[in-house]
Amino acid sequence: MSQARLMQGNEACAEGAMAAGVNFFGGYPITPSTEIAEIMAKELPALGGTFIQMEDEIAGIAVVLGAALAGRKALTATSGPGFSLKQELIGYGCIAEIPLVIANVQRMGPATGQPTSPAQGDVMQARWGTHGDHPMIALSPWTVRESFDVAVMAVNYAERFRTPVIILLDEVVGHMREKVVLPKAEDIEIYPRRKPNCTREEGYKPYTPMADLVPNPADFGTGHHIHVTGLIHDETGFPTGSSKVTEDTIQRLHQKISRVQDEITHYDEFFMEDAEYAVLTYGGTARTAYAAVKMARQQGIKVGMVRLMTIWPFADKVIKKVAQKVKKILVPEMNYGQLVLEVERAAAGQAAVISLPKYNTEIFTPKEICTAIEELATEVVK
Amino acid sequence: MQQIRLCGSGGQGVITAAIILAEAAIMEGKESVQSQSYGPEARGGASKAEVIISEEFIYHPKVVTPDVVLALTQQAADKYSADLCDNGVLVIDEDLVPDSPEHPNVIKVPLTRLAVEGLGKDLFTNIVSLGLLVKVTGVVSFETIQKSVAKRVPPATIEKNMQALRIGFDALA
Repeated sequence: MSQARLMQGNEACAEGAMAAGVNFFGGYPITPSTEIAEIMAKELPALGGTFIQMEDEIAGIAVVLGAALAGRKALTATSGPGFSLKQELIGYGCIAEIPLVIANVQRMGPATGQPTSPAQGDVMQARWGTHGDHPMIALSPWTVRESFDVAVMAVNYAERFRTPVIILLDEVVGHMREKVVLPKAEDIEIYPRRKPNCTREEGYKPYTPMADLVPNPADFGTGHHIHVTGLIHDETGFPTGSSKVTEDTIQRLHQKISRVQDEITHYDEFFMEDAEYAVLTYGGTARTAYAAVKMARQQGIKVGMVRLMTIWPFADKVIKKVAQKVKKILVPEMNYGQLVLEVERAAAGQAAVISLPKYNTEIFTPKEICTAIEELATEVVK
Repeated sequence: MQQIRLCGSGGQGVITAAIILAEAAIMEGKESVQSQSYGPEARGGASKAEVIISEEFIYHPKVVTPDVVLALTQQAADKYSADLCDNGVLVIDEDLVPDSPEHPNVIKVPLTRLAVEGLGKDLFTNIVSLGLLVKVTGVVSFETIQKSVAKRVPPATIEKNMQALRIGFDALA
């Protein structure tokens, strides 16, 4: 496993999920995510796992919720149109606190859009696609190796926080192949399925929060009665109309993630020591941004780069620090301008935030981003 | 850094050829990134595959200025060769690209015809092309590309694929 080889981002995502213990895949194939389903179909049965192609994307996530409740570590993979269809049940996973991972390999939308073209248009859908107030964890890799690591991390976070976790891939990283050396199996940390810490006689209730605010509901078939619902429920798992329980539940769902936000905020900084300008970037676009920042540095422009792996929850603290340090922040994205809105909010006027959107099926060229950096460095701040 | 683009029509195997080339580069300890773009069709439609080979980590994953463009259809030659630099090389299937784009360095080889005449099937055109590309670029050794092809193709077809590589490699004196 530790030998250098050529690997595709989607393949690394599938391999990472399996390395983290995923033994169930349900879904419906869609470009540019299909390779994930293909690999799962080929490999899971041989490992004693299960692959099911369902009749559509909604059933694809429904079966994953069921499998997760029955003790499996479960994954579904899709792209924009399928991601939209899955939203209702992502919300179900949030409130019923079911661990599952959704890999969304973004393509150009809306609707069928440009099915084989890259985009980063699902940033806000990942956060707000399902209705109601809920936290969300979404991770976006920028290399093939990191697609593996992010998949491992996503499965572990799903289990640890009992919540849906989104792997926000894009067509660029999902479909490109590059040299990777994967970690050895024994070096991969795996978070095990949480189990009830006491018996019914000792007072076990499936939705009693532990010290980390996450409950330990028993898996189906392990000797406990368990009731699962999308309605607001109390510690027994049964619905309640109580205002107090409703308020406490919504608060706890948020706090179980917000209390660990620093720990789950993953990002890289490049050339930031003396930076007067910063490029804030993520996913496939970050690779081009890096090349552009190096070009601009060669011209003597003091520009750095911050690359977010954790897209949600948003890295407010990181952006605040960057905004205090630099004069301007450039945000290139393969969409009409989505994450830039969060950057603006977090920067809170401390630095000028400039959107560099692209939505014509082509990825950025280093020169395009470099030109935008040159403009940053020549224009006077208003 | 070497930037190589292979293009043609969906089904001609340019993506497979690009993957094999990238794997060969990794066998030689180099960094390599391979990517592709294609239409929604399973067959037909313009298909473009790219390989970047470098001694250092490759950030921007797409070809910016190709050193070599291999084109197996007229449409692909017209669409994907315009950004070749002047000292770059355009390699075309002379039968399928009758109207060569203007460029100082055009190598014309009847790649598909060589595959059909030498091996009885146009299916081997991509491997014939790969042999020629290795000759033109020298980006990996002939021995490495042989190993890389053998690793990728079905075992029963290895011998024919080796012949295909040789035909392509020898097509240019």
